[in-house]
Amino acid sequence: MQVTLRIRRFNPEVDQKPHLETYQLEAEPNDQVLDLLNQVKWFQDGTLAYRRSCAHGICGSDAMRINGANRLACKILVKEVGTTITVEPILGLQVIKDLIVDMEPFWEHYRSVMPFLVNDELAPEKERLQSPEQRARFDDTTKCILCAACTTACPSFWADGEYVGPAAIVQAHRFIFDSRDQAGEARLQVLGEQMGVWRCRTAFNCTLACPREIEITMAIGEVKNAIATGKRD
Amino acid sequence: MAVTHQHEVVIVGGGGAGLMAGLYASRGADTAVLSKLHPVRSHTGTAQGGVGAALGSEEEDRPEWHTFDSVKGSDYLGDQDAIEFMCNEAVSTVYDLEHMGLPFNRTKDGKIAQRPFGGHTNNLSGKPVRRAAYAADRTGHMILQTLYQQCIKNKVRFYDEFQVMDVLIENGRVCGAVAVELASGEMHVFHAKAVVFSTGGWGRLFETTSNAHSYTGDGVVATLRRGIPAEDMEFFQFHPTGIYKMGILITEGVRGEGGVLTNNDGERFMERYAPTAKDLASRDVISRAMYLEMSEGRGIGGKRYLHLDMRPEVVNKYAEADGRTWPDGSPYRVTGEQLLAKLPDIIDFCRTYIGVDPVKDPMPVQPTAHYAMGGIPTTIYGEAIVDEHNTIMPGLYAAGEVACVSVHGANRLGTNSLLDIIVFGRESGKRAAAYAKQVDFPALPAGPEGRVQQQLQALRQGDGAEKAAVLRKEMQQVMMDNVGVFRTEQGMQQAVAKVQELQQRFRHVRAEDPGMVFNTDLLEAWELGCMLDAAQVTAEAALARTESRGAHAREDFPKRDDQNWLKHSLAYLESGAVRLRYKPVTITKWQPKARVY
Repeated sequence: MQVTLRIRRFNPEVDQKPHLETYQLEAEPNDQVLDLLNQVKWFQDGTLAYRRSCAHGICGSDAMRINGANRLACKILVKEVGTTITVEPILGLQVIKDLIVDMEPFWEHYRSVMPFLVNDELAPEKERLQSPEQRARFDDTTKCILCAACTTACPSFWADGEYVGPAAIVQAHRFIFDSRDQAGEARLQVLGEQMGVWRCRTAFNCTLACPREIEITMAIGEVKNAIATGKRD
Repeated sequence: MAVTHQHEVVIVGGGGAGLMAGLYASRGADTAVLSKLHPVRSHTGTAQGGVGAALGSEEEDRPEWHTFDSVKGSDYLGDQDAIEFMCNEAVSTVYDLEHMGLPFNRTKDGKIAQRPFGGHTNNLSGKPVRRAAYAADRTGHMILQTLYQQCIKNKVRFYDEFQVMDVLIENGRVCGAVAVELASGEMHVFHAKAVVFSTGGWGRLFETTSNAHSYTGDGVVATLRRGIPAEDMEFFQFHPTGIYKMGILITEGVRGEGGVLTNNDGERFMERYAPTAKDLASRDVISRAMYLEMSEGRGIGGKRYLHLDMRPEVVNKYAEADGRTWPDGSPYRVTGEQLLAKLPDIIDFCRTYIGVDPVKDPMPVQPTAHYAMGGIPTTIYGEAIVDEHNTIMPGLYAAGEVACVSVHGANRLGTNSLLDIIVFGRESGKRAAAYAKQVDFPALPAGPEGRVQQQLQALRQGDGAEKAAVLRKEMQQVMMDNVGVFRTEQGMQQAVAKVQELQQRFRHVRAEDPGMVFNTDLLEAWELGCMLDAAQVTAEAALARTESRGAHAREDFPKRDDQNWLKHSLAYLESGAVRLRYKPVTITKWQPKARVY
């Protein structure tokens, strides 16, 4: 089938501002949008720039706006998006070149929530025990691949890039509800501040954008609840 | 002009091995981790099924059994001292990961849960043993995330999206590395006492692969180009269960949980090829059986694929036939819900990419290029070896898939790659830091970036008569067809000739993008150059080995030949030609014998 692919292009060494460029391609319904980008890059225009690696939705490199919605280019197929496809960089982070954005502000928010297990007790010789129920409590948020699809779909983040954003809250959630962790209070304090969870207006954009189908809005709600009640259960 | 940095230890690659090396090296020395991807994008994250360790959480298990299984799995080409070291270290290292926060699945009594995996057995009964510690079917993702988290906690220094293109060796020791920063296109020289390569593998040499686009062999080729040999390059693993046509991996954990392979007659054909281990025989054995089934016309609908079936009713039928039980002795029976909870990602892949729900329909699978057993030869401490006498190159280290210790020999067992990266990542990091503390910074040569500049200049100024993408595709096809699961003299000769032709044509490639910022066009062209070198070495080492062993299966030499070939190959790349040397396999306790599953 014939596909029209429109890509928002920007080359900082040449362009004053971004522009849409159109490419005609032969595609299969089961092709990934990433396959189409590769086709353009390899056979039509080598200057096209985007990040990609694993090509099956795990490495998190290729979050972009596809027909207006945040998707991983390797996890959305032509048959799902139709024959006219518009691909743009994710919003709220500065574009460096074509579909590549500056992720550093995203990583800064990530680092701000102490995204690591804190447990200062002497570790036992074997594992720290954890029941399957305790393990299940934070299972959903361990799936996060840090692709930024959620944070860059969030209107609160678009309005103010200082907002820590859903991805960082997901990471915090993963530790706050881990029975082995001891820094939950400190994380809740960070997230209780002005640029923390209360910026979330439950638009649900994050949940819809997540390629890992994490219930992000619910996770944020659980963190809000923990701050409000002082209880984590 | 290049920007110059100085760090005592430079680690190249930010996957599991690199992060583990970074964590441990930074405790003892000024360390930097350079990675062409942001570390959390690394290929470690795609590993699914588990990490092998004889924890004995669910049933009796011993490191000695793990060691023997790995020796047997390697078709006796693995070095037995190294395998024993890895399997002994496995237990404490997996607990170490748990202490770092890794969210393993749990048993009822709160211990790390374990599942059966191919080739891992109770050595007394010969039956599969639960040895693979897992976190659903995203164990690699959780290892990568956990190690990166710990690096953030311990403030490890990163240079993200820096492509290392050369290692500097002067006066017989390592003195640094040269990298290009992707965001600016600028050249950076890293002056170092020790360099650890942890750059992963090169599955992109082949047409159908489970490997990431970035798996282009940059690390092993960077060292080859500096005179360091590559060991056992002829051994490349084809994983039995890649999604048909796409190559995306479906974990062996599916078969660990009771899934079976079936042919067009609905027959569970592995019963004929491996009467005891059946669908949990080792990967080389199963991939070959699949090829034979397909070439005898029993592919599904006569096509080049088979079915991997994990529908609960099928799992339960064969579990009953096999007399399989849970660890508590009750009959093994599963529901679709339980399978979904244990294997959510592969179910998601099938639904997304092929519209198949594995709980309701069988999955179409074919062998997919998966793992390089060979690589930079090292000691068990990650020290790089330069010849058949095990001479060490001071300051050079390697760990993970890019390295060849050799713990995988001719065929790696599932779960041993994640084990390899954590055990040898740690050892190489510790050893590199200790070495760095003993020596001064060696002098840098004049114009250290010169060689990389020449390579990039050539790609910017080629006449453009050839396209990188076209050459890459031709290479991938010939490697898949002729240096794949089954090999012949004639086929491999064709592959060698084809790669030589592609090397000539590569000189005409020109990167279309003349810019500096994120010039991924230039980078991909450079990566193709690496892949061609890796392909040349792989094909020539394979052609030379006139026997069948592990993943190297020759139709014209179908038997293993311990008399002549119980030895590791060492390939040198000298002025475009491959020179082969050999070194003995270390045998400690287990004399080679016939390998039956």
